Amino acid sequence: MEAFILGCLVPIVLGVCVLPIRRSKAAPWIAAFGVWVGCGIAAVPVISTLAGPVSPALQIAWSMPGGSLTFGLDGLSAFFCLPILLVAPLAALYGCTYMAREKKPLGSASFFYNVLIASMLLLLTARNGLLFLVIWEIMAISSFFLVVFDDEHAHVRQAGWTYLVAAHIGTGALLVLFALLGKQANSLDFDLMAKAALSPTMATILFVLAVIGFGTKAGFIPLHVWLPEAHPAAPSHVSALMSGVMIKTGIYGLLRILTLLGNPSAAWGWMLVIIGLVSGILGVAFALAQHDLKRLLAYHSVENIGIIALGIGAGLLGLAWDQPALAMLGFGGGILHVLNHAVFKSLLFLGAGAVVHSTGTRDIDHLGGLIKSMRWTAVTFVIASAAISGLPPFNGFVSEFLIYLAALGGVRSEAPGTVILAIAVAGGLALIGGLAAACFAKAFGVVFLGEPRSSHATHAEEVGAAMRWPMVVLAAACLGIGLLAPAVVKMVLPAVSVVCGVPVGALKEAPYAVTTDLAMGSLTGIVYVSASLLVLVICLLLIRRHLPRGKEEAATGTWDCGYARPTARMEYTASSFAQPLTDLFRIFLGTRKHGTAPNGFFPQPTIFETQTPDAAREYLFAPLFRLIDRFLSPMRRMQHGRIHEYLLYIALVLVLLLIWKAGGAQ
Amino acid sequence: MNTMHWVLPLVGWVLAPLMLGIINRVKALFAGRRGPSVWQLYYDLFKLLQKASVYSRSTSTVIRVGPSVVLACMVLATTMLPWGEWQAPVTFLGDIILLAYLLGLARFATVLAALDTGSSFEGMGASREVQFAALAEPSFFLGMLVLVLHFGFSGLSEMVSEISFETWQTSGVLLILVGCSWFVLLLTENSRIPVDDPNTHLELTMIHEVMVLDYSGPDLAFILYAASLKMWIFAALVVNLVVPMHSLVPWLQAPTFLLGMVLVMVLVGVVESILARLRLLQIPKVLVGSALLSLVALIVRLMG
Repeated sequence: MEAFILGCLVPIVLGVCVLPIRRSKAAPWIAAFGVWVGCGIAAVPVISTLAGPVSPALQIAWSMPGGSLTFGLDGLSAFFCLPILLVAPLAALYGCTYMAREKKPLGSASFFYNVLIASMLLLLTARNGLLFLVIWEIMAISSFFLVVFDDEHAHVRQAGWTYLVAAHIGTGALLVLFALLGKQANSLDFDLMAKAALSPTMATILFVLAVIGFGTKAGFIPLHVWLPEAHPAAPSHVSALMSGVMIKTGIYGLLRILTLLGNPSAAWGWMLVIIGLVSGILGVAFALAQHDLKRLLAYHSVENIGIIALGIGAGLLGLAWDQPALAMLGFGGGILHVLNHAVFKSLLFLGAGAVVHSTGTRDIDHLGGLIKSMRWTAVTFVIASAAISGLPPFNGFVSEFLIYLAALGGVRSEAPGTVILAIAVAGGLALIGGLAAACFAKAFGVVFLGEPRSSHATHAEEVGAAMRWPMVVLAAACLGIGLLAPAVVKMVLPAVSVVCGVPVGALKEAPYAVTTDLAMGSLTGIVYVSASLLVLVICLLLIRRHLPRGKEEAATGTWDCGYARPTARMEYTASSFAQPLTDLFRIFLGTRKHGTAPNGFFPQPTIFETQTPDAAREYLFAPLFRLIDRFLSPMRRMQHGRIHEYLLYIALVLVLLLIWKAGGAQ
Repeated sequence: MNTMHWVLPLVGWVLAPLMLGIINRVKALFAGRRGPSVWQLYYDLFKLLQKASVYSRSTSTVIRVGPSVVLACMVLATTMLPWGEWQAPVTFLGDIILLAYLLGLARFATVLAALDTGSSFEGMGASREVQFAALAEPSFFLGMLVLVLHFGFSGLSEMVSEISFETWQTSGVLLILVGCSWFVLLLTENSRIPVDDPNTHLELTMIHEVMVLDYSGPDLAFILYAASLKMWIFAALVVNLVVPMHSLVPWLQAPTFLLGMVLVMVLVGVVESILARLRLLQIPKVLVGSALLSLVALIVRLMG
């Protein structure tokens, strides 16, 4: 445990060290070195925890009322550390080159990056409510400063505000949650909270608060509004870290709270299943309608969080119905998807960053043909696209398969609930998977394939080695997790045991062992088929080359039904590709179309554009905040800039507190 | 796993092109023509494999790798198909999910290869393909759920091996509903009328054929062969579902299976001959309708 804390401190120390030299070109490299060393040190206790016994918690004296500096590393914490330890160093290395062209000093951004990583790692091990909230806030603030790095642009500042407000709405819910739970347990230590006897109503209230608080960070619809704003605004390696890793702290928090709330009721499971379905389907539908590459990816985070919520919901129902197989596979699939999503989503954001770095635009409809100039980026991007669409032989399929297995294996004809769950999960996942494949066919196809649609894309060049290698490593991880599925699933078991509330050893005995064996059997089958798939593809390519005239190639223009001179402007665009699907979802999307049709024999130039603003932002939060604004505007009179009156307020409040406290003492 | 089990995919790999020949023969008979030989696709494949390829200057590696990926997916998916009680060589719990996703990977590769040419025709086809596929997949899984509910969740081979005359007597409605739903899927996924028309190579309304416009030589051979394997896969699913193999004596099962396959092909040919193709905007309704058939089957099963 001490080694873990040391690993968290190294990035902070080096982050502080670069502040005095923040204008130096070396600053980001020194900070990144700190991330590598820190993650390397922290990896040792994390891996040993996943492999073997859980080390005892570390307690340090802290003179904060209600708080204690208690850190502990169990299976759940350790598994959630894995994506951070994998992605953070790679993104840091990538960021050094990515940001090199910036004229602004990079030291402070590197500092906040390191603080963000350390705070995420510490958050996962915090075992006290107050400590958790303090670290949670440090995490939110440091990521806020990273989001607003390009603060000279108004839209970036706007995105930063959205993020800050959303983060604090979430924190507000968490404050109430921990206050209520702490009052029930008379302590803010997680160990003691877990022993508190909660009435079912109280537990449900706490669960809803946790869903709101952590769901805001994770991006459950309709609390997702900050994601499509903040991810495009932040520098790409930061988006990779935030979208791939940071939003998962919301999922971690939810699971951790679940371990404190005692036996779950079926209603909680249904709530998460519904949230998962809505987030999954609408997330991908909104993604389909986007033209901005990074905004599209941000909506896919919402979709994947939906898949994770589906898995966790199925797991909760398994606990509530006392079906160990459903619980294990549901939680297992959901938690494994956390790791998988971290790998492919950060890879996609790094790929998008490489495209932005090389072309200077995020607009998909201005790109095209990049595969010829950016081979490495294209190959890694297509691997990640297949992985996020849940296609074998990559990692996304493994976790989705476990969730399918949970829902279908749990079907009992005498219990209609299980059938409804199976319909929701199987139908929902199939639809989400199909739509995600459509969306990534669009993203990859329009950005990397075909002919360049503008001069941005014509002059693209491959990015440097420090940006290329992180992408290659992550792409290898996509394939590696897919091919080593049984071994990776073994690493999830400690996390599942924490959530199910049974010791790790018990998972190897009845009634759990049957499920483990079944899942392992299936996964072995999948690995065989996946490996054969790769071998077969290579064999077929070789056969194809050794056919009598297999190596002969003639070059010609694309067949356009007799039209001899097709230009890049005649290509299908991202909007036209997605139009049939976005039309199916038009009542949710509210896509606005502007433009006029060409008219007459000699038509004037005309434009056509579509915009899909976020529905939750437009129709839910904007009116809500206007309403709040109207009620609170009279209070502005209190805030007028006269400092002596502010001092008076403070004095008054202190006196009132003193009276209240003294009155209570009698 | 027994080496004997590999006979099933082997027969599939050999006979799949014949199935498309049968469809074309049926259509020719309906139209009053003699039509091409039922072996025509074999001749075509043989001819194409000996040719060189022509590629568009816009293309990259994607279109060169695509056909091999598509064919590899189909070849592997064929190994998961049982013949009634005769188990498939590759079978495990949840294999049907992998089968569906292998088809998804093949589709993904086809679509990307189509976009690789930069042609707006192929972009159109690709766009439609992904739209209909996204709607077809839930329908497939709901049909599967009916089987799971009835026979318990296991490998595809074990589930379908239970279907017997008694199953037809007790829950024939389910089998008919799911069978219809999956037959619609067969027509959709294999781009047959009324969803798509395999004969129209130059129409604005086509889907699959337009995506493969720029293939030539061995690549086209791979794509055509993969398409015939895909037809074999879907037909085999329908036959396994509908024919009560469990009640037949073992030596009769293989011939019955093949006969069933031929009958499905004849049915496809008849449908193609007597139906007009639908307007593109109507197709999502058909797909959602086929998913509803499975949903009705589920409700029937739960009520009964």
